[in-house]
Amino acid sequence: MIKTFNDLERIIERLRTERLAEKSRITISSGTCGQARGSLEVIEEFQRQIRKQNLKDRVTIKITGCHGFCEVEPDVIIRFEPESKKSIFYQRLKPEDVEEIVSETVLKRKLINRLSYVDSETGKSIAYLEEIPFFKKQNRLLLGNNVFIDPTDINDYLALGGHTALQKVLSQMSPDEVIEAIKQAGLRGRGGGGFPTGRKWESCRKAEGDIKYIICNADEGDPGAFQDRSLLEGNPHSVIEGMIIGGYAVGASEGYIYVRNEYPLAVEHVGIAIKQAEEYGLLGENILGSGFSFTIKVSRGGGAFVCGESSALMASIEGRLGEPRFKHVHATEKGLWDRPTTLNNVKTWATVPLIINKGADWYARIGTEKSKGTMIFSLVGKINNTGLVEVPMGLPLRELIYGIGGGIPGEKRFKAVQTGGPSGGCIPEKLLDLPVDYERLTEAGSMMGSGGLIVMDEDTCMVNVAKYFLSFTMDESCGKCTPCREGIKHMLDILTNISEGKAEERDLEILEEIGNMVKETSLCALGGSAPNPVLSTLRYFRDEYETHIKDKKCPAAVCLELIQYSIDEVKCTGCGVCKKECSQGAISGEKKEPHKIDKKICIKCGICLEVCKFDAIVVE
Amino acid sequence: MVKLTIDNREVEVEEGATLLQAARSLGIEIPTLCYHEALSPYGACRVCLVEVATGKRSILTTSCTYPTWEGIVVSTDSERVIKARRFVIELLLARCPNVAQIRELAEKLGVKQSRFKTADEECILCGLCGRVCKEIIGSSAIGFIDRGIERVMETPFGIDSEVCIGCGACAFVCPTGVIKIEDIKGYRKLDIWHTRLELAKCKACGNYFAPMLELNHLKKKVELSEEVFHLCSGCRRKRLARELIKIETKPGE
Repeated sequence: MIKTFNDLERIIERLRTERLAEKSRITISSGTCGQARGSLEVIEEFQRQIRKQNLKDRVTIKITGCHGFCEVEPDVIIRFEPESKKSIFYQRLKPEDVEEIVSETVLKRKLINRLSYVDSETGKSIAYLEEIPFFKKQNRLLLGNNVFIDPTDINDYLALGGHTALQKVLSQMSPDEVIEAIKQAGLRGRGGGGFPTGRKWESCRKAEGDIKYIICNADEGDPGAFQDRSLLEGNPHSVIEGMIIGGYAVGASEGYIYVRNEYPLAVEHVGIAIKQAEEYGLLGENILGSGFSFTIKVSRGGGAFVCGESSALMASIEGRLGEPRFKHVHATEKGLWDRPTTLNNVKTWATVPLIINKGADWYARIGTEKSKGTMIFSLVGKINNTGLVEVPMGLPLRELIYGIGGGIPGEKRFKAVQTGGPSGGCIPEKLLDLPVDYERLTEAGSMMGSGGLIVMDEDTCMVNVAKYFLSFTMDESCGKCTPCREGIKHMLDILTNISEGKAEERDLEILEEIGNMVKETSLCALGGSAPNPVLSTLRYFRDEYETHIKDKKCPAAVCLELIQYSIDEVKCTGCGVCKKECSQGAISGEKKEPHKIDKKICIKCGICLEVCKFDAIVVE
Repeated sequence: MVKLTIDNREVEVEEGATLLQAARSLGIEIPTLCYHEALSPYGACRVCLVEVATGKRSILTTSCTYPTWEGIVVSTDSERVIKARRFVIELLLARCPNVAQIRELAEKLGVKQSRFKTADEECILCGLCGRVCKEIIGSSAIGFIDRGIERVMETPFGIDSEVCIGCGACAFVCPTGVIKIEDIKGYRKLDIWHTRLELAKCKACGNYFAPMLELNHLKKKVELSEEVFHLCSGCRRKRLARELIKIETKPGE
């Protein structure tokens, strides 16, 4: 139990010294993503080798959350000195690589070239993490500590100066000063809406009521977005510290972390972090002897997308049906159980300690005029370097996709990038130099959302993309209000008709009209933004819709009803592989003679395209 | 009192009223489907949309939920409002093309037929039945299950309800008449809620008249003499009439 500010300082100092005395350190990324790619087996093998080679006293194994570079997981970072500026980075590891790593790299300090990252642009292998463009070009304020922290050990967080912001707040700052700092920093809500955090806190502080609440929204539900999960799994303490500071600022003594139950590792790590913070007296009664008390409970969500909407989220915590309600009175006045409530996203809370420690001015210097700080994007889809990237607001999309993301795999051409998940929109190539911040994205018909960036190449059909997102929102609409429930369904009906060549030209106008009206008349932001993927693709790729309707053709050859498979007689060598693989028996032909596809039998599954070595299958 | 402007009229209304209540008290007609004065507002059907301007900003919002705030400027019949209401009723007309109430409202709003793919539902998911069951009766026998277009009002697990008292309040508030109640052979049947309840016999005439559970529920809520609960409404009236007559013809007066 840490009872005073001085005690905390002493403990942090001791932990720092301890860690400085460490010898070699092997850090293995093992978030959900790493585990899915086999990190647990790699960890086990490392532990076995360390035992076998009797290195326990010379080598520390650190199991951490996600390092952000999903494409190359499981990865390992090796440092020989704690303060070393260079760390060896090995990637795409298998258990069988481990023995060599230990005997060659750890013991003899020799690099293993084949395990190093190879830059997709230059083709050169890069041995050190600090030199890999994916990491080098980022500004990892929030994610950076993920590589140093074993999330199940609060001491790792303290050793990095964790909870010093809390100490500063409780010992030197009044609640109003804290709010002023957050306002000065220009921090805006990272859940997507971008509401100024300081103003939200201020209105909650001013609201009347003896009981107030803090909520952390960790109900991340956008397809392709996983930054909140990564933070909660990898550095839950930073979120907790932010929440305690928030509680002090607005005058709340109770907090909730609403996290979806599909994130079992996040739930587990948050639970452990809360328990450890309680044991240390950083949560609970009279924190650090300051007289301020704060507790945090975890509330697990059942996985309904709509529960990420604040009023639905609060209903869900209260044990009611997770559906939104009208918000004429803000949650800062009447939120959870009708008490003043401050709800912020995981990333927002994690940013708070940084602002307190490094100062509002420091933070306000990062980013653009209206969007300050960094934003974590999940770079997924047709991109070489899939992963989480944290960059200052205002970085152009091109730099994100090509500079950090390493561009599009293969010889394919970039077509569009979807930002903001199902609430966002598709941004075309001509806007690649758009600096990414709240305002620019909204002007482009998209939104920041939770920071998902789904990259699409020329093989992507924009009608199909719109259909995908709309099927998602149709499934996830709670169904309370008429426009969202019924309107999205009708939009999807029309899109389906378009993709099947059954639509008429006037359907595009109806589609657009329904889209605009659903946005205008829906109860909550889910319906208010669900048409965006359709409206933005109509805005930038209208010709593609028109081709589907007028020519009954899908230019990207995706919409099944509009494409046909055939065999190029010149290219076909008659090897017979496609004939053998076709599950429908639709391919015929003599050996060494060009084959044919019977279009009446063909189900367009694409297996022939996959197995043909001579590029003879034509899809059009 | 609060001062605001509704349809270019400066008005003063009681504090705490909603825009819908204020407008109706002024004789301004606003259509509603999910609203009932005895129940908490829900804001789901969206046909009561109005335009509210506060300063430079103007939003579309549901009048059944929006508070009357000092100085706001409300329009209940602007072009934007009419367009929005028409859109919403067109959606409901596509959902329930054979429900008379929806057809009437659609016609009133100038929508003859829906351009969208039609279904044949009878329920518009206004939620009034669920709210009356919870807020007034206190039973919560039904609630919404599933999401989005799959959403339905149901009993838990879609089986006979353990807490339904068969009072029929749900059918009373239902705007489309989809909830039907049938009394046959000593039982009250609410097929839509998979529920069948035993009816009590009137002690005077011997006819079945109300579900036992409803009577027990009423006994707890209403302070009336025990015997009143065993009489059907007709016999109750007769008995009351007799007593009145007796009082009036008391000897000596």
